[in-house]
Amino acid sequence: MSTGIETNNQPPVTPKSVKKQKEGYEVASQWKLTWWNFKKNKMALVAAVLFIVLIIMAIFCSFWSPHLPNERFKTYKDAPPANVHFSDENGISRPFVYDLQLKVNKETFRRTYVEDKSKKYYLHFFVKGGSYKLLGIIPTKTHFIGLEDSTKPFFIMGTDDLGRDLFTRILYGSRISLSFAFVGIFFTFIFGIILGGISGYFGGVADTIIQRLIDLLLSLPTIPLWMALAAALPSSWSTSQTYFGMVLILSVIGWTGLARVVRGQMLALREEDFTMAARLAGASNSRIIFKHLLPSMTSYMIVNLTITIPTMILGETSLSFLGLGLQAPAISWGVLLEDAQHLESIAFHPWLLWPVAFVIVTVLIFNFLGDGLRDAADPYKS
Amino acid sequence: MLNYIGHRLLQLIPLLIAISIIIFVIIQLPPGNYLTTYIQQLELSGTAVNQSEVLNLQHQYGLDQPVYVQYFIWMKNILFHWDFGNSFQWQEPVTKVIGDRIGLTMLIAIFSLIFTWVIAIPIGIYSAVRQYSIFDYIFTFIGYIGLAVPNFLIALVIVFYVFDHTGLAISGLFAPEYVGQPWSWGKIVSMLERIWVPVVIVGTAGTAGLIRTTRAMLLDELGKQYVITARAKGVAEKKLLFKYPIRLAINPLVSTIGWTLPALISGSAIVEIVLNLPTTGPVLLNALMNQDMYLAGSFLLILSVLTVIGTLISDILLAWIDPRIRFGGMEE
Repeated sequence: MSTGIETNNQPPVTPKSVKKQKEGYEVASQWKLTWWNFKKNKMALVAAVLFIVLIIMAIFCSFWSPHLPNERFKTYKDAPPANVHFSDENGISRPFVYDLQLKVNKETFRRTYVEDKSKKYYLHFFVKGGSYKLLGIIPTKTHFIGLEDSTKPFFIMGTDDLGRDLFTRILYGSRISLSFAFVGIFFTFIFGIILGGISGYFGGVADTIIQRLIDLLLSLPTIPLWMALAAALPSSWSTSQTYFGMVLILSVIGWTGLARVVRGQMLALREEDFTMAARLAGASNSRIIFKHLLPSMTSYMIVNLTITIPTMILGETSLSFLGLGLQAPAISWGVLLEDAQHLESIAFHPWLLWPVAFVIVTVLIFNFLGDGLRDAADPYKS
Repeated sequence: MLNYIGHRLLQLIPLLIAISIIIFVIIQLPPGNYLTTYIQQLELSGTAVNQSEVLNLQHQYGLDQPVYVQYFIWMKNILFHWDFGNSFQWQEPVTKVIGDRIGLTMLIAIFSLIFTWVIAIPIGIYSAVRQYSIFDYIFTFIGYIGLAVPNFLIALVIVFYVFDHTGLAISGLFAPEYVGQPWSWGKIVSMLERIWVPVVIVGTAGTAGLIRTTRAMLLDELGKQYVITARAKGVAEKKLLFKYPIRLAINPLVSTIGWTLPALISGSAIVEIVLNLPTTGPVLLNALMNQDMYLAGSFLLILSVLTVIGTLISDILLAWIDPRIRFGGMEE
């Protein structure tokens, strides 16, 4: 990948011994400069680490979760989060939980659980539990953490009204919620680059039409528009059809930001000498765009996409929350939050709000990452 | 200036036409219509529906016409009679269903805007003047959280928190005895007692964003030479700050009114549903789910028109303040 800028003053390979930024500054490649800038932002670094953790969590969700997502514990419906004890009557012990016993209040008929101190279950790593396929191929029964007897109550974040382990479901939900964001970004990327690229590179009538289209999309209120389009998805569709339908809805509305960035960059770059040189050398339009112009604006596009990811996550979450998006057999953070829609349910089962924490942390991670990348993206900016 | 406004108004016409067409297409998108849902319900409840009755109903609702004819009828009635059609569900004219609700939504949005400004501008100025102080860090951090957390999740958490601590369910906009009653002094007081909850919730994200903008703008200004010169000449610090940099830093805020107001209206939709307010959000959701197309369409149309007007107002304000835009805008 050689852009015109780099070929103009071919940077010599930076020797590894050069550690101090000052010394290597003039000869460092653009990516190196970006990395140096990025490193300065500590919050962004933390976010980058958490981002990797998040991805590993989502990919291997079946391994990390103590139970299976649709496993119902009929005797432990609406059970509160597990109370892990680190000490018993003999002092410090290995972590354990007590069995739970259902108590029904005679007057209010409220169901509560109390610990049955006579039965103790120790926590173990790499326990055998429900069988699943790791990454969808390797059949196994090993779960990262749990009790020896997987039918006993160990619910890190409690259970829902059908007795399903919420923590497990949140982990599985992260897979759909995160992949949704990435697939959404992919489509946004395609729409944004094609339309923004045409608009900026060719200009003229195409530019005017696309700009008016952007104006039009920006003048429609986003969330009501999402709601209207999501409501239009037929309820007979399967989960994966709805999933892609929603991805398309969010990206058809969301490409405008990237298109503007691409257009602005195109307008600036097409006047550069290296574009002229390529054109004089007989390069075709598509070659100029894909070989010369797009690589030069990669950093801007990455930044814009990172910033768009939270919108995707929130779009999915809020639509599913309202019952307009993904539906029950599918597990996403939004679908899980649907249970928390009514005050009655969260008043007595506040642990149903746990998905909120995951959504917020994820969005924060991408925000900090985006901020760090934005500051780092333009290394020549002094 | 008048030229510019006229120019912008002319540009609005094709935009509004396009918006109305898009919205009409969207509400036509779901398979079937309200009538099919309605007939299905009747059949499920055991009532036999004969064909002539169906045709009758179809004719009554204008559903037997081609789609584009339906669109023109809808538009004609809106433009000439201020009639947005009938809500199938409520069996009432749409204007009657949405009248109060649009007003309340706007009220919440405007209060949120005022709340945002009153809170964010002073904090932004403070953060810029005392850059890297403890409070600056605290405000920046809160700002990040406020920007990242979607409003409706904040609403959920606050509703839970208040209920958990006081046993009060903060939903609705009026005390129970005023629901469905005509407007009265007591009802207004009861509303003012409750309206701050959605206002604060809807305003958080905007506040967080505005703090960051104000801070960044003012920091830019404070670093400029004229500030240094003024300081070197011995102008008092307070006078120096309020005389020029703050005015300049607040200038660009005008340009954000255009999209702040629509963002507030759009963002409040889900909060209103969570808090179960008698405003546009819950009815819109309901209308969409039941294919009450004229009701849903009218909501979308009115919200979009408000958005367009918001943008127009901010553009005009900007042009009024900044001559460069006035003349540059004409050439474009």
